[in-house]
Amino acid sequence: MSALKNAWEQLLDQRWLLPVLVLIGFVLAFAIPEYNLLNKYIQLVLMYVGINIILTVSLNLVNGYMGEFSLAHAGFMAVGAYTAALLTQKVLPVAAYPGLFPLAVLAGGLAAALLGLVVAVPSFKVRGDYLAIITLAFLMIVKSVIENIDYIGGPRGIPGIKRLTTLPWVFFWTVASVWMIRNFVYSKYGRGVLSIREDEIASELMSVNTRRVKFLAFMLSSFCAGIAGALFAHLLQFISPRVFDIIKTTDVLIMVYLGGIASISGSILGATAYTVLLELLRPSTVAALLSWLPTLVFDPLNQYVIQHLGVWRMVIMPLLLVLVMLYWPRGIMGLREFRGFVPRRDREAHHRLKAHGGSHGAADSH
Amino acid sequence: MSEGIVYWLQQALNALQLGSIYALIALGYTMVYGILTMINFAHGDVFMVGAFFCFLAAVHLGLPFTPTLLLTLLGAALLGVLIERLAYKPLRHAPRVSAIITALGVGLFLENFTLALAPYPKNIPALLENVTWNLGGVSLSSLQVIIIALSLGLMFLLDYVVHRTPVGMAMRAISWDKTFVPLMGVPLDLIISVTFAIGAGLAGAAGVLYALAYPVIDPYMGIMVGWKAFISAVVGGIGNIRGAMIGAYILGAVEIMVTAFFPSTYRDFVAFSLLMLLIVIRPYGILGQPRTQKV
Repeated sequence: MSALKNAWEQLLDQRWLLPVLVLIGFVLAFAIPEYNLLNKYIQLVLMYVGINIILTVSLNLVNGYMGEFSLAHAGFMAVGAYTAALLTQKVLPVAAYPGLFPLAVLAGGLAAALLGLVVAVPSFKVRGDYLAIITLAFLMIVKSVIENIDYIGGPRGIPGIKRLTTLPWVFFWTVASVWMIRNFVYSKYGRGVLSIREDEIASELMSVNTRRVKFLAFMLSSFCAGIAGALFAHLLQFISPRVFDIIKTTDVLIMVYLGGIASISGSILGATAYTVLLELLRPSTVAALLSWLPTLVFDPLNQYVIQHLGVWRMVIMPLLLVLVMLYWPRGIMGLREFRGFVPRRDREAHHRLKAHGGSHGAADSH
Repeated sequence: MSEGIVYWLQQALNALQLGSIYALIALGYTMVYGILTMINFAHGDVFMVGAFFCFLAAVHLGLPFTPTLLLTLLGAALLGVLIERLAYKPLRHAPRVSAIITALGVGLFLENFTLALAPYPKNIPALLENVTWNLGGVSLSSLQVIIIALSLGLMFLLDYVVHRTPVGMAMRAISWDKTFVPLMGVPLDLIISVTFAIGAGLAGAAGVLYALAYPVIDPYMGIMVGWKAFISAVVGGIGNIRGAMIGAYILGAVEIMVTAFFPSTYRDFVAFSLLMLLIVIRPYGILGQPRTQKV
């Protein structure tokens, strides 16, 4: 057993592991829609999983690593979605050149990053609950502004967006976002982000440039949220201010805390688990999964339970969140990290700490 | 009276009505924050459940106004205590953010649970006979008078309870210090439960009054009103009971004035911009005290 464990750890230490996994992922992302390896519904769920991973990892940067409580994520998503949708509808000739789509996505991300500054500036002075309120106010203001601009559809939103989001693009942006945030977290600025979480005043005394760190963290987080929004808009093909309300933020928050704070692998797991679970609870999916049961059992079950899941699954999910918080407050991976994501130099520190009897590694920093 | 003054008086009256409802809800936010330093994000949904209790009592039990109000008060208070005991109490020593997330989850649960039971918006019957008086051009309905008077009465009652009774003294003591005050024999759990019961009861009363003023209720009505009440609490200085009342009337006045002069869709924009500005300039609110942070 220990030999197997050793081999596993050896495998995780290989330099080629992540690039190879990403390459395999890319091949699959191209092959699945091309040869219809999975049915269309599963492909759609996979794309939602990717978008939710981007949202969750980027919110974790602010809420988990930096220890703030931001509620503005749906607002950044809305900015990204609207910018990209307007570009593909009115400016860029995407019908003739579908290759221009990433430009629109990038523009969505940049627009969101710019607005990230609006939240970053108050965060210099305001912390904790009050910053949470500022982010909430920001979300409501974004929604209200969109509702009041008639040119972009006002409360009616933008219908008929072209479906440009494909599985390879989702995979690309997911990998890119995770890669950026992982590198940021383990950079010099990432240390600054962690020190702000532990104690902002002390870290400032230790010559951390807290303003620059906050600028970068908020901008990177909102940039990724904007990208996710752009992808989301071109998958759903319809956006309106109602899509990006506080419930959307709550969804992302659930994924962050289910996966565990300050953990990239946790966010990936949390986003995947939540999205898949929500889909599994759909009446049609449950019915399909349980159809092997004998009719005598299946029919009453179907009639009295499964048919009503459409409404009740939205009751089950928040209940699950509360239960996770009560009995599993750290989530799946709270403050821990999958070894493959931790840079080499930190892994050694991790080993040393373990040898000295420390229960947490450098990546845990807690 | 000149037309200008009449118009202003009319708007002021509307502001007073809206502010009263915000104030009743804001008190629950501020009381819980004062005692547990926790933002109870499920509070707006307790208000919504209060409106549905009102619907149940009025339509299914066929009760008149006063029993409906009392029953709703009691039901909402019970719900508040239940939420605290089941969801928040186990997290009292957990990181604060866990409690906030749990509160968001509880709120979402209440919304979707109500939605599952009542998928369509409900109409509240007129529980009170509504008479409209005309005072020199200003129209004043008996409903408005009842809403404003009842809210003010409840607020004065609460202010009296908090500042003049032993229970209130215990509440203030616990919000001052949670470690040593219980050692002096103040029952911590009981006082926290009482706080939640009072806060939720007031939200329930606000639910009834809101349902009387705007008789169509739906499971998501608590979100926006709840956030607005929360803004009121912050504007007044969260944790401060009198501040919450002042903040609520300020917000009510601002919202009514915005809708009086601009398209009504600007209301939320102005309300939230005001909040953002206020927090940056004066983060501890109108009556709050700035806290120093030790390193």
